[in-house]
Formats: sequence, C-alpha cells, structure tokens
Amino acid sequence: MSKKKQELQVAALENGTVIDHIPSENLFTVVSLLGLEHMGNNITIGFNLKSKKLGKKGIIKIADKFFCDEEINRIAVVAPFVKLNIIRDYEVVEKREVSLPDELRGIVKCANPNCITNNEPMPTLFHVVDKDKCVIRCCYCEKEQTRDEIEII
Amino acid sequence: MENRSLVTIADHSKQKILYMIEMAKQFEKHPNSKLLEGKVVATLFFEPSTRTRLSFETAANRLGARVIGFSDPKATSSSKGETLKDTIKMVSNYADIIVMRHYLEGAARYASEVTNIPIVNAGDGSNQHPSQTMLDLYSIYKTQDTLENLNIFLVGDLKYGRTVHSLLMAMRHFNPTFHFIAPDELKMPEEYKIYCREQGINYVEHTDFTEEIIADADILYMTRVQRERFTDLMEYERVKNVYILRNKMLDQTRPNLCILHPLPRVNEIAYDVDENPKAYYFQQAQNGVYAREAILCDVLGITLDQVKEVLS
Repeated sequence: MSKKKQELQVAALENGTVIDHIPSENLFTVVSLLGLEHMGNNITIGFNLKSKKLGKKGIIKIADKFFCDEEINRIAVVAPFVKLNIIRDYEVVEKREVSLPDELRGIVKCANPNCITNNEPMPTLFHVVDKDKCVIRCCYCEKEQTRDEIEII
Repeated sequence: MENRSLVTIADHSKQKILYMIEMAKQFEKHPNSKLLEGKVVATLFFEPSTRTRLSFETAANRLGARVIGFSDPKATSSSKGETLKDTIKMVSNYADIIVMRHYLEGAARYASEVTNIPIVNAGDGSNQHPSQTMLDLYSIYKTQDTLENLNIFLVGDLKYGRTVHSLLMAMRHFNPTFHFIAPDELKMPEEYKIYCREQGINYVEHTDFTEEIIADADILYMTRVQRERFTDLMEYERVKNVYILRNKMLDQTRPNLCILHPLPRVNEIAYDVDENPKAYYFQQAQNGVYAREAILCDVLGITLDQVKEVLS
C-alpha cells in the first residue's frame, strides 16, 4: 500500500520533469540552483524520502517544465547521480542523467580567499578539469579545487 | 576587438616566445626610439614593487611614451572602496596600456575582461608574473645562445616561488632537464611535478646544495629562502645557511654556467660571487627593460617587422 502511494506521488505529473535521487542534504541547494523559488509552475518537493541507494533522498516534480542541458547540468556539482524522468501525458518518455558542463559560471565560490572573485562584485568562472573526479579550476586565480571543497554561492 | 593583453606566459606558444626574444634583442641593440611616441602608459601598482615598476617605466620612457600611474594604492580611490573594475574603466579613458601589479590572484585576467585597452600583468598575488619570465627566458637565451636541451637548476624556495613555476612552464617547449634543490618544507609542489611528467620534462630532486650537485648546470636559478615561509622555525634555522651560493662552489662548474636571481637578494648569494663572470643577475635585471619594451610594443600590436624597420 505505502509503496503504491509513493509511486502515485511520483507518477502524478501529466507533463513535466521529475528529478529523482537527489541527496537529501543538497535538495534545497538544487532547488535554488534551478531557481525553482521564482517559478510559477506547480512544483512538488519531497524531502527525506526513503531510498535504498542514498538512505534518504529528495525528489522534485515540476509540472510543464522541460530543462535544457545547460539549465540542468549545473546541479551536477552537488547532485551528480540524479535521475531525470521526462513525463509527457503521464508516461515517462525519456530518462536522463546529468553531467558536469565544461564551465561553471556564477555557481561555485572560489576557495582561495586571495582570489579576485572573492573581493570584487563579479561572477565566478571555473573550467571543469576532470568531470569524473569533479576537479575544477578557477579561471582567474588558476587554483584547482575538488568536490569536497566546493561551496555553492 | 582582439584583446592583446599579457596575463600569463602559459598562453605563449614556442614560436611566440622566440618571437618575443627576437624583439627584445632588437631593443637591446637600440633601446631608445619613438615607437610609442604619443602613447600613454599607466602603471597601476596596487602593491609596491619598485624594481618591476621602474623597469616598466624605463621601458616606456625609452620608447618615447609618457607614463602616468601610482605606486602606493593608499593615495588612490581604491582605498575609498572603489572596485578594481571602476578603477580600470576610468584609467582606460586616459591611457593606451595599463601595466598592473595587484595583490589579488586573478586581478589581471579580470582587468583584461573589463576594458578594451591591453593589460600587462606585472604580478597578480602569488599567481603570475609573465614579464619576469620573459626576461628570464631572454637572459637564458642570451647567455646560452639557445633555449634547447639545457640543465636548469632551481634553488631555494620552490614552493612559493612564482618565478620558478612560471619559468618551468614556459620552458616546456625546449626539452630542459630540471634539478629542484630545496629544503623539505619548500619543495616543488606536487602539481608542478605532475605537470613535468605530463609534459615529458625530466627532473631530479635534491635537498643538498653542493659543488658536486651543480657541476653540470647550465643555469643556476637562485631564489630567496624566507623565514616567514616556515611553519617550523627550527627547520628554518637548520637550513638557512644551506642554500647559499658561495664563490668557491663555482670552481668545477661549466664555463657556460649562468647564475640568475629575480632579485632582491638577501644572503642567498654571497657577495664574493658578484665578481665572478658567471654571475649574471644584474645584467638579468637590465634585460628586463628590453623584454618589457618588447612586451609593451607587442600588446599594442606593433610587430617585429615594424620594430626592425623603425630601429634600423
């Protein structure tokens, strides 16, 4: 019964996108990276749901919204293993994953306090050096950082 | 508009480095000209650096340009809270080139993005100092007649020394063999050793600094071991006299050996070395003017052919 209910929650979109397997601790970061708080769409956010893989997970369902790669890939920094389900007419028509883009603009704070980006009102810019290990390099101070050090603006 | 700024030496190809050396050579033959007559060069030094500033200003003056700028940011609007962007945009209205030294890393890259006039990076924090690298390369070329296949010994602070890191990267085109001589606390960082392996650059590490070790050096690049770099002051006391070059260590060295130092020197080169013909650090500083004349012309789009034509 409970399983059925959960399936119902997930499947209840007519058209739109379901973002599943978001690590619970990063759910609200994902929400703000996607700018969901500024959207007028019908959005359901599930928090601390049970997950075999993650223990606890978050899930986001957005009605009538289909992301382009650039919009959605920015969340790969904090949620690299999410599953996207694209729903049309109550059917999952496409399953996708996210991958780090080549560049991260205005998303990540540079870990170097002496970097110009931490001292001027300006957006940060990082090149992704290694997509698998999530190594990024600041385009300004040229210092590298890894996933553990990454802080979202 | 194409931005001809010089932010990092890493952007330069082998061909471009040799081209810049050739241009510096022209200026060594004819330092004074009117190539930049009517131009205004702004030297913005947000952090004091007398040597670099005087060298750039000399270069600009010898080319006939006029120089404006400041050497003490306390006297400028940045101390009132003006952003770097606003300062750069304002000065861009006055000058044709901005030569900038800044205490923050990445400042030069950012400055080059907010203006259409060329920015010459005269040092951004611990990040890059490309004009120093250019004059180092020119000095090596001049003394060895080539940049290819040299044994280059880097001595002292290899951890924080910005100049040795940039030199290492710029030399990747020329099949060098590097010897890194440093105390454990100031060893060449792992990222640069990885870089060497990726680029196929040979290197050997030493902690001893002796006559025998430097016997087959072509270039001996000395840097200052600074007390404030040590977390363990006992270690500093132990090594502070180890990385000092003395004249008697040079007896068995190669005749073509050339001793370089970015200056200022404190005690890492004994004064008795100064009279040795292998000591080259003061000429190296002089080469800085020619290298910087070449840089100022290049960022303004003046080509080697045009330089040759005017100077001939």
